Amino acid sequence: MVLLGSIIAAGAWRYDVGVGLTQIALTVASAILAQLFFDRLAGQRSRSIRSPLVTSLSISILLRATSLWMYPAVAVAAIGSKYIIRVRGKHLFNPSCFGVIFALSLFPGVWVSPGQWGAGVAIAGWIVAAGAIVTARAASADISASFVVLYSAGLTARVLWYGQRWAVLIHQMSNGALLLFAFFMLSDPKTIPDSRRGRTVHAAAVAAIALILQFWLYANNALLWALFLAAPAVTIWNARWPAPQFTWNSEGENECAVQQM
Amino acid sequence: MRCPTNVDRLKFSLVIFAIAITAIYPGRAAAFCGFYVGKADASLHNHSSKVVIVRHDEKTVLSIMSDYQGDLSQFAMVVPVPVVLTREQIHIGDVEVFKHLDAYSAPRLVEYDDPSPCPMMFPRAEAGAGAAMPFGAQSSVSSSAKALGVEIKARFTVGEYDIVILSASQSDGLETWLVENGYRIPKGAAAALEPYIRDGMKFFVAKVNLKAQTKLGLNYLRPIQFAFESSKFMLPIRLGMLNASGPQELTVYTLTENGRVETTNYRTVRMPTGISIPNYVRDDFDNVYSAIFTHQAKINDMNAVFTEYTWNMGWCDPCAAPPLSRDELRELGVFWLGDPNPTQPFGAPPAFGYSQMAPTQVILTRLHLRYSPATFPEDLMFQETNDAQNFQTRYVLHRAWSGSPEVCPAATTYLHDLDQRRAKRAQNLADLTGWDLNEIMRRAGLNPSLKPRPWWQGLWN
Repeated sequence: MVLLGSIIAAGAWRYDVGVGLTQIALTVASAILAQLFFDRLAGQRSRSIRSPLVTSLSISILLRATSLWMYPAVAVAAIGSKYIIRVRGKHLFNPSCFGVIFALSLFPGVWVSPGQWGAGVAIAGWIVAAGAIVTARAASADISASFVVLYSAGLTARVLWYGQRWAVLIHQMSNGALLLFAFFMLSDPKTIPDSRRGRTVHAAAVAAIALILQFWLYANNALLWALFLAAPAVTIWNARWPAPQFTWNSEGENECAVQQM
Repeated sequence: MRCPTNVDRLKFSLVIFAIAITAIYPGRAAAFCGFYVGKADASLHNHSSKVVIVRHDEKTVLSIMSDYQGDLSQFAMVVPVPVVLTREQIHIGDVEVFKHLDAYSAPRLVEYDDPSPCPMMFPRAEAGAGAAMPFGAQSSVSSSAKALGVEIKARFTVGEYDIVILSASQSDGLETWLVENGYRIPKGAAAALEPYIRDGMKFFVAKVNLKAQTKLGLNYLRPIQFAFESSKFMLPIRLGMLNASGPQELTVYTLTENGRVETTNYRTVRMPTGISIPNYVRDDFDNVYSAIFTHQAKINDMNAVFTEYTWNMGWCDPCAAPPLSRDELRELGVFWLGDPNPTQPFGAPPAFGYSQMAPTQVILTRLHLRYSPATFPEDLMFQETNDAQNFQTRYVLHRAWSGSPEVCPAATTYLHDLDQRRAKRAQNLADLTGWDLNEIMRRAGLNPSLKPRPWWQGLWN
C-alpha cells in the first residue's frame, strides 16, 4: 500500500505523470464511501478499506481525464462492479481494471498513457522490486511471475521472428506500465483463480490476449483489455480446479488469511 | 494455501529483481533509423526531419520533409509503408504550407510590460513571435531486374520524384537490389530492413528526376505525402539513422480530430513553459531554445518525446503565425473537412475572426525528439488521446516599468526589487539550459554576486 502510494508520488513529481493530489483524494474518498454504501446495501458488515484503497490508487495512476469529476465516477463504478457483477458469490472483474475499461468505453475525455512511465532503468527495477515484495506478501506472487515469464516469452519470440535487436525487448520489458500491471493489478487476489494451476492458466490467457491485441490488432491499452476479457474465464478455472478462496482480512494484520469456500 | 515466509518473499524479490536487472542492461547493438538511403559518397547526413501525420480512424496521410542539402542526384529516400501505394495515393506537398505549420506551432517568446507599481495604471501586454525553422529535401534511387525476392509493385513519376514501390521477401535480397541499383547502403542495412519485411511492409523508394526538377525550376525538394489506411499508428524511424552521423532530430506534427497525440512506447513530456527569462534572449531565441531543448532531452535520459505545442487549429494566443486555412489543412491531408461549408458537422465558427479559418475540430500536436539507436530502439508508436487541452511552449520577457521612484511609495519598492527579479530570471534560464549562472548574469548585465533574496527577507518590514 505504502509502495503504491510511493509510486504515485514518484510518478507525479519525478516523472510528471500528471497525477494530482486533489484527484487522488477524490478517487480514494469516493471509492471508500462507495464501498461503505454498497456494504450497507448488501447488508454486510463493513470490511477492510484496503481493497477500495488499492482500487482507487490504481485508477489514479492509470487513468487520465480532462475533468476531475470522472475520477470519483470511475471509482464508484469500479467498486460497484464488485457488488453487481458477481458469479458464484465472487466478483468477476478486477475493480480497477473494470473501472478503467468502463471509463474508456463510456466517458468522453479519458485516456490511459502507457508510455508515461518511461523505460528508465531505475523505475523498472524499482517498481519490480516493490511489486515483488507486495505480491509476495499478498500470496499471489505466482500469477505475476507466471505472467511476466509468459508475456516476456511472447515478446522474445516476436523479437526473434522479426529479427529485431535485443534492445527492443529490453525496451519493451522495462516499460513501467507493464510492470505496474503485472505486479499491482493482475495480482489482485480476489479476482484471480483460487488454485495455483488456475492462476497459471489465467496468466497465460491474459498474456496471449494482450500480445494478440497489441501486436496483431494494434490496439491501445492491450494489457487492460486482456485482463478484462480473460476475467470471465476465471469462473471456469475455479470450477475445474477448486481451492480455498482469498479474503481481505479486516484486521489487516494477516494479509494471508484464507477462507474456505 | 501456505503463507509465504520472509525467506520466500526475499527469494521471490531477488529472483524478480534479477529478471529486471538482466532485462534492463542491453547489449548496445549497432543500428540505424531514419528515412534515407544514400547513393555514392555524397554528404548524406540526415540530421533533421519533419513529418506531418494526419490521422482519423485508420486513415492516415503521412508527409515527410528533411533537411538534406547535398547533391540531388546522389540521394534516395526509402520509407517502409504498410500497403502498396498507387499513383493516386502519392502527392507532392507545398513547402510553404509546411513552413506555415512549423511557424504556427513554434516555441515562442512573449514580452510583457511590467505594470506600474502605482495604482490606477493598467498593464499592457504584447506578444512576440516565434521563429520558423529551416526545411529540407530528399532524393534518388533506381531499379534493376527482379532479383532475390524483390518485386517492383509499382513505378511512376510524381512531380520531381521517380518512385518505386517494392515488396521484398528477404532483407539480403532487398539490400542487394538497392546495391545493384547503385545505392550505397551502410553496413547493417539488411538487419534494419528485416523487421519491416517480416512485418509484411512494403518499401517506398524515391529518387529525384533531375529533368523534372529542372523543368519545375526548383532548387529544393518538396515534401512527399502518402495517403493510406492502416491500423498501425506509428512512424518508422529506424532506417533514418542509416546515414546519421550523430543523434537525429525529428519533429512530428500530428493533425487529429479529437485530442492530442502522444507516444505509447516512449514517455511524452511537455516542454517547460511559461517561465520568465532574461531580456537579452530576445535577439538570440533560436539558440537559447536549442540549448533548452538539448538540456531537457539530457535530463530526461535522452529517451523522452517532447510536446512543444497542442492547439485547436481554429485559433492561437499568442499567435506565432496565423492558424492554417482550410485549404492549407486540406493540402496537408486533413480529409475530414469536406466542403468549406458552414453546415459541416464539425464546422463550429472560427475563433478570433480569422478569415477562411480552419474548423475547430483539428487538433495539432507538435512532438519533438532527438534520437539515436541506443535511446530509441523501437519505432514510434502513437495514440490519439481524448485530451484537447491547449498547450504551448512559451517563454516570457518582462520589460521594466520606467517611472520615477517619486511617483508613489510602491515605486521605490518596485525599483528596489527589480534586480532581484532579474536575478531570478537568470536563475530560471540557468535551470532550463544548464548554462553557467554567472555567464548568464554577465550577459544580462547583472552583478554575478547578486543572489535571489531569501523569501523571508522583507517579510516584516
